[in-house]
Amino acid sequence: MSTLVQTPDTEKKSVSVPKPYWNPYLSGIGLGLVLLLSFVIMGRGLGASGAFSSGISYVMEKIAPTHTKANEFYGEYLGDGTKNPLKDWLVFEVLGVFVGGFISGALGGRIKKTIEKGPNVTDKKRLIFAFIGGALMGIGAKLARGCTSGQALTGGSVLNLGSWAFMMCVFAGAYALAYFMRRQWL
Amino acid sequence: MNIPFFKYGMFGDEVSLIVAFIIGIGFGFFLERAGFGSARKLAAQFYFTDMTVLKVMFTAIATAMLGVYYLSIIGWMDLSMVYLTPTNIMPQVVGGLLLGFGFVIGGYCPGTSCVSAATGRTDGIVYLLGVVFGIFGFGEVFPLVSGFYNSTLMGQVTLPQFFNLPYGVVVFLVVLMAVGAFVAAEWGEKNMAKKAEAKK
Repeated sequence: MSTLVQTPDTEKKSVSVPKPYWNPYLSGIGLGLVLLLSFVIMGRGLGASGAFSSGISYVMEKIAPTHTKANEFYGEYLGDGTKNPLKDWLVFEVLGVFVGGFISGALGGRIKKTIEKGPNVTDKKRLIFAFIGGALMGIGAKLARGCTSGQALTGGSVLNLGSWAFMMCVFAGAYALAYFMRRQWL
Repeated sequence: MNIPFFKYGMFGDEVSLIVAFIIGIGFGFFLERAGFGSARKLAAQFYFTDMTVLKVMFTAIATAMLGVYYLSIIGWMDLSMVYLTPTNIMPQVVGGLLLGFGFVIGGYCPGTSCVSAATGRTDGIVYLLGVVFGIFGFGEVFPLVSGFYNSTLMGQVTLPQFFNLPYGVVVFLVVLMAVGAFVAAEWGEKNMAKKAEAKK
């Protein structure tokens, strides 16, 4: 409440100060309840990477229809062609993720055009690494049939064997490489 | 109670997309609340300075797991109607490792990068472009890797089935493990803080 007794100049600053994040256990329970709700209403869990696969398959089909239809991977997302691949559960869910993230960020004063990185790395380098990391994640998520949401969270909570093996490997892979990436984050 | 509602035909495909959007909003909201819009906060997990990823993930898993378990015990929910992704163990192990590499290199996973992009982070947007590029690359080489992709199929199998333990026992073990991990995480964070203090 100290913000009430401040000069106009610092008051302006205090508005842009982001609120602290929630307690992790509280956020975790919230996330878990959303996941539970998805199980209860839909009989399925959450996801993220699948939505991008649908989007890519849709675009590829527009650009190179024959090439795309012959590919089994894209075919899985395109279906039999009677349905628009973008009218997909995960696509709408991920659109919601963007909106939900924005709402929470706006309420917490955390909307900011910035680059998240450690102090010892240039913006350019960080963005190159972000792209490489994203690409590896895209490949990994497809091989594993899901990412942190679809496999670790969703499969984890229904005790899916493959999901637990996957989750252990995610942590193992990240910790194995963490030392070499320390200049980017620390 | 006929849970899951959708599987019992309580509403159709069109409505399910609205449900998807609303559930997505909840998902994105809590990811951002936890601080998962920031790559720095996420990556700190791998340097033991901030164990939020572990805490949030295991709390979420335990919450949903217990909810599903109790709903099935009281007979309101048919667990067999919840979709279980079949296990292909080797591709999932390799995929998991690649994802782990991507996590510490790029700082996000696909879901968290959406939240990061939505809150204005340029690295989140670039990361998402990377994800799209990766999936596109995977799609293009799919004919070459489909053999490995479809290998070591174990079918729909749960931990209780695999270890031949009652479902409730595995639920209990997971909760036990989560609580153990939380205690270790709290202790570790305090220790790291002390170390950092000593360095100053």
